Amino acid sequence: MSNGMTPIVKTITGWVKGFILVFGIYIVLYGHLTPGGGFAGGVIIAMTFVLITLAFGKDEALKRFRIGIASELDSVGALMFLVIALLGIAGGLGGTFFTNFIAKSNPGEPYSLMSAGTILLSNIAIALKVGSSLFLVFILLVMTKVLYREPGEKP
Amino acid sequence: MLEMMGLLLLFMIIAAIVAIETRDILAAIISVTAVGFGVIIAFFYMRAPDVAIVPIVVEVLVLVILIRATLRVGLKTFVGNRDFFGMMVTMAMLFVIFLAAIRAFNDLPTFGEPVITRMMDAPSRLYIANGLKETGAANIVTAVLLDYRAYDTLGEATVLFTSIIGAIAVIRRKARKKPSEPEVGEWEE
Amino acid sequence: MHYALCLMLFMIGLYGVMVKRNLIKIIISLIIMESAVNLFLVMIGYRKDGIAPIMTKGMEAGTFAARAVDPVPQALVLTAIVIGLGVTAMTIAIAMRLYERYGTYDIKEMRKLKG
Repeated sequence: MSNGMTPIVKTITGWVKGFILVFGIYIVLYGHLTPGGGFAGGVIIAMTFVLITLAFGKDEALKRFRIGIASELDSVGALMFLVIALLGIAGGLGGTFFTNFIAKSNPGEPYSLMSAGTILLSNIAIALKVGSSLFLVFILLVMTKVLYREPGEKP
Repeated sequence: MLEMMGLLLLFMIIAAIVAIETRDILAAIISVTAVGFGVIIAFFYMRAPDVAIVPIVVEVLVLVILIRATLRVGLKTFVGNRDFFGMMVTMAMLFVIFLAAIRAFNDLPTFGEPVITRMMDAPSRLYIANGLKETGAANIVTAVLLDYRAYDTLGEATVLFTSIIGAIAVIRRKARKKPSEPEVGEWEE
Repeated sequence: MHYALCLMLFMIGLYGVMVKRNLIKIIISLIIMESAVNLFLVMIGYRKDGIAPIMTKGMEAGTFAARAVDPVPQALVLTAIVIGLGVTAMTIAIAMRLYERYGTYDIKEMRKLKG
């Protein structure tokens, strides 16, 4: 698997991967207006890297998106979501946990990108979290070799 | 529409029986993916496009991971179930659960007429009526997920984080020696 | 009727978990049970001739409120699907570890080898 697939698959993957990534980002950003949102966009972004891993092999994928960066993005997503929740208390509107303080103080035009306040930011945080988690678990389970040793055999 | 839904459910039941009873592990994995895609089509029929996008990717990931876990180990198929006494106890338990579930169905609303059509002060009614005004999000599912019931999403993020950490802790072979060492390829032999 | 078919799907998964000997078959049965539960929760919120709970420009609020399906089960199922993937990944990781230890996916053999 580390050598990748045939040149046909590699070429098609090279053409398609950018479009899939852009589509995933679109789904995340417009999640409050159209079907989609953080979960759907996050899994589509993770799918881009899964596709690169399957077509080009592990080394090529890890060159673009290292495991350390993935686990950091995972934590950053979770922290960002929590900070957005805590800002609801500190927003000065007498709010509680998860108050939508942006949309309450200056509501935007309906059906526009900035209309929903913190929902957009929360979508981005969820997408970071879900996408990097899925990529991590995929690379972890697919790249681990399953070996069985006889009881007396030394590793 | 309702007949289509019934046919889809029958297809899923047949695929599930094939997935459980076949001897070939690869056929079983592909059949369980067929069940998953049947569920996705059912989500589209039941007007839930938000939910239907996510499992498309999830099913493909599960398929790849399951095939990777089984194909490389030179799989032997083995015949037979667990022992006879255990089988009888299992059947009795399944029968009791089935009876209890059938009894519980009497209290459910009929298919196609959910609670919000009868209950005038259901929370879903408020979400649908005031969602756009209060949160500014035209997609009511996102409004419920990230504004009205964001606590649930926070708990979900915690559970996902914990399960991923659990998987990493179970699968990795050697502990990291120094914090400065690169982590890449840590799980490789 | 539709709920009963959904229950059948769940019972098939439960039967697989309780009866099968192969660890991979048990994981497959768990995935089937999970699909059945997600489907059931979305079915509860379905309204006949309903529309998706997403407002579009030029739609009146009254007609939308009278026709939209229940959004709350959909939001909860959305999180449940992603959690289901995490749980499946963790069970597969445990199964791979057990294979390395015992050399088989058969839980009956494992019980013998342990003793």
